[in-house]
Amino acid sequence: MKQKVTIYRAFERFWHWTQAVLIFLLAATGFEIHGSFEFFGYRNAVTYHNAAAYAFMVLIIFAIFWHLTTGEWKQYLPTAKHLRAQADYYLFGIFKNAPHPTRKTVLSKLNPLQRLTYFGLKIIIIPVMVFSGLLYMFYRYPQAGGVVGLRLESIRLIAVLHTAGAYLLMAFIIIHLYLITTGATLTSNLKAMITGYEEIEESQSDTAESEVQNG
Amino acid sequence: MKKIVIVLVLIGLSVISAISLLKTGEVRPTRVSELKSQFLEKATARVDHSKFPILQIKAASPRDLTAACLSCHNKTAQEVMQSNHWNWERPEYIAGRGIVYLGKKNVLNNFCIGVDGNEGTCARCHIGFGMRSARTFSYTDSTNIDCLVCHDNTETYAKAPEKGGAPEPVLDLNYIAGRVGSPKRSNCGVCHFYGGGGNNVKHGDLEEALFEPTRDIDIHMAVDGVNLSCIDCHTTERHVISGKMYSLSSMNRNRSHCESCHGEAPHADNILNKHMLKVACQTCHIPIYAKAHATKTHWDWSTAGRLRDGKPYEINDADGNHIYLSTKGSFQWGKNLKPDYIWFNGTAGHYLLGDVIADTSRPILLNTLNGSYHDPDAKIVPVKTHNARQPYDPAHRMLIKAKLYAEEKGQGALWVDFDWHKAAEKGMQALGLPFSGEIAFIRTQMHWRINHMVSGKDQAVACTECHTRADGRLANLTDFYLPGRDRNLLVETAGISLLWISLAGVLLHGSIRIAASRRNSKRG
Repeated sequence: MKQKVTIYRAFERFWHWTQAVLIFLLAATGFEIHGSFEFFGYRNAVTYHNAAAYAFMVLIIFAIFWHLTTGEWKQYLPTAKHLRAQADYYLFGIFKNAPHPTRKTVLSKLNPLQRLTYFGLKIIIIPVMVFSGLLYMFYRYPQAGGVVGLRLESIRLIAVLHTAGAYLLMAFIIIHLYLITTGATLTSNLKAMITGYEEIEESQSDTAESEVQNG
Repeated sequence: MKKIVIVLVLIGLSVISAISLLKTGEVRPTRVSELKSQFLEKATARVDHSKFPILQIKAASPRDLTAACLSCHNKTAQEVMQSNHWNWERPEYIAGRGIVYLGKKNVLNNFCIGVDGNEGTCARCHIGFGMRSARTFSYTDSTNIDCLVCHDNTETYAKAPEKGGAPEPVLDLNYIAGRVGSPKRSNCGVCHFYGGGGNNVKHGDLEEALFEPTRDIDIHMAVDGVNLSCIDCHTTERHVISGKMYSLSSMNRNRSHCESCHGEAPHADNILNKHMLKVACQTCHIPIYAKAHATKTHWDWSTAGRLRDGKPYEINDADGNHIYLSTKGSFQWGKNLKPDYIWFNGTAGHYLLGDVIADTSRPILLNTLNGSYHDPDAKIVPVKTHNARQPYDPAHRMLIKAKLYAEEKGQGALWVDFDWHKAAEKGMQALGLPFSGEIAFIRTQMHWRINHMVSGKDQAVACTECHTRADGRLANLTDFYLPGRDRNLLVETAGISLLWISLAGVLLHGSIRIAASRRNSKRG
């Protein structure tokens, strides 16, 4: 039996899509500032990049608040359970039409690989980007009364870290966009993130039963 | 829960938009509009000098006229006689050397090299009379002061060539003295625009086009704009004029700054203001110099002295610029030049007469402008680089200051006798410096700060002229990370490889999935 359930609530979807737009804008403007190409014009790129950065930080604050108050943060705790099975699925099972090794439920909507990836993003990449970005923006030379305590002699380290993080995020986006198509159907993941609903197996049935049904 | 979050988001957004609305609602006159109204009001004379009886008595000589001036301005001579316009030197502290007296009197450049021994012609730009030698000139005789060269407001006063600073004999000194006033652009320009022996030869940003410039030449002095005179910026207190050139100066004092009028944060755009910590105003606002006439960029003394049929000759280019003179050698010129850029902290060092050249394989920097990215006082400034080949003594490894000028033949002056050997011998002898008898030519370089020919925001240097991968204006300043120009090779290579690997990975994975699903559906 399949059932229509709310996987992503309104705030989550708002958060996800706003974040998506902001990250694309940050990437496009950021790599223009980096000198990779010209599109917006350098001065505009800086303005848009800074504006998007502020918007992104506001969004992050709301997202943190939401995750803490709803307890949804637990969804991102990495687990080793079924991690191997999930990797095996993407490497082999998916080509044989094998079922997903883990089941999406409202209480556990991320598979073990997703948990690990998003945990890494939230704990390492995003903080690195936010803090290096803030230092980039507010970086002053120590004598000008800026970031005195940090005694930063040069913007080089900040800029290089920020760039490295940007490349990792871009790689994430490429893979993330592709993995959208690996849901129950080609578009079910996308639909879920747009409408919030996804048809998933009834939560009463246990894993073993559902596997049998799928088979 | 959902509603609370939405409400919070809406509140946040409305606070942000309210702040931005209130901010733009504020209207006040900009600093520039205040400055414009301040400087458009031109001062009128408070005194009519022509009514003073003492100035109506026919002046028998320029010295008599000076005495007449000083009979009223009876403390002014002391001020003038302490100025470097008068003394042609001032005490300067140079790191590593201590306090030295530097000025036109003794500092070498790579144009006409040096004043010493050539005062007969050079003193045409001294604010005194009768300087036949800078060493023997009486710096304490106040009647030697030439008041009119700076204070003539009739534009008729002129010094005679090769008369040690005396005026043309035909002038009506009483007429001029009756119409004196604060120095105008013409008073300053008559010397400062022609340094190095001709219009715009030396500076590149100071030339006769600035007598009556348009806004395209200089936004401050433009006759169709605020029409500033030199001393509006080079503010003067008791004949001490602010601003100086680091061809002669060494210390960070008594400078003339854009910020004195415009403040530390003159742009509406805060990102531009942030640049001002490390970038001088001139760097962006003087995108090109030598806008009206060419300036000398290279001077090769080694070819001087050639004669045709026993006579000196000259060759000019299509614009009338000398490209060869028997007296001075060969020249290269440039017009509408992009400046070079260096770090500068307000202090400079100099090659001084008698210094032994440590390394003769590289060009000698005659004036070293100090500074680096890590120097908290340094900013990026635009300079004109002037290269030359000038004479030196390879045995003593010293630059030679040859005797150039004399009134008649047989005194060893290069410009009269065209004999390098004699000129070098005479010149070094006069300085009390050794000369081995050998003359070679060595490459020298000077940096002249570019401060004039300022452009407004419409013509200022754009972001990507510096923030660009290749051939940017700051391509030579490599001691710091410049966004848009610099990259970390490792991060760049790894990052781009990661993107390609990710793309290839998903394409491969996707293709296998498509192939597999086709096979499965056939079987199915």
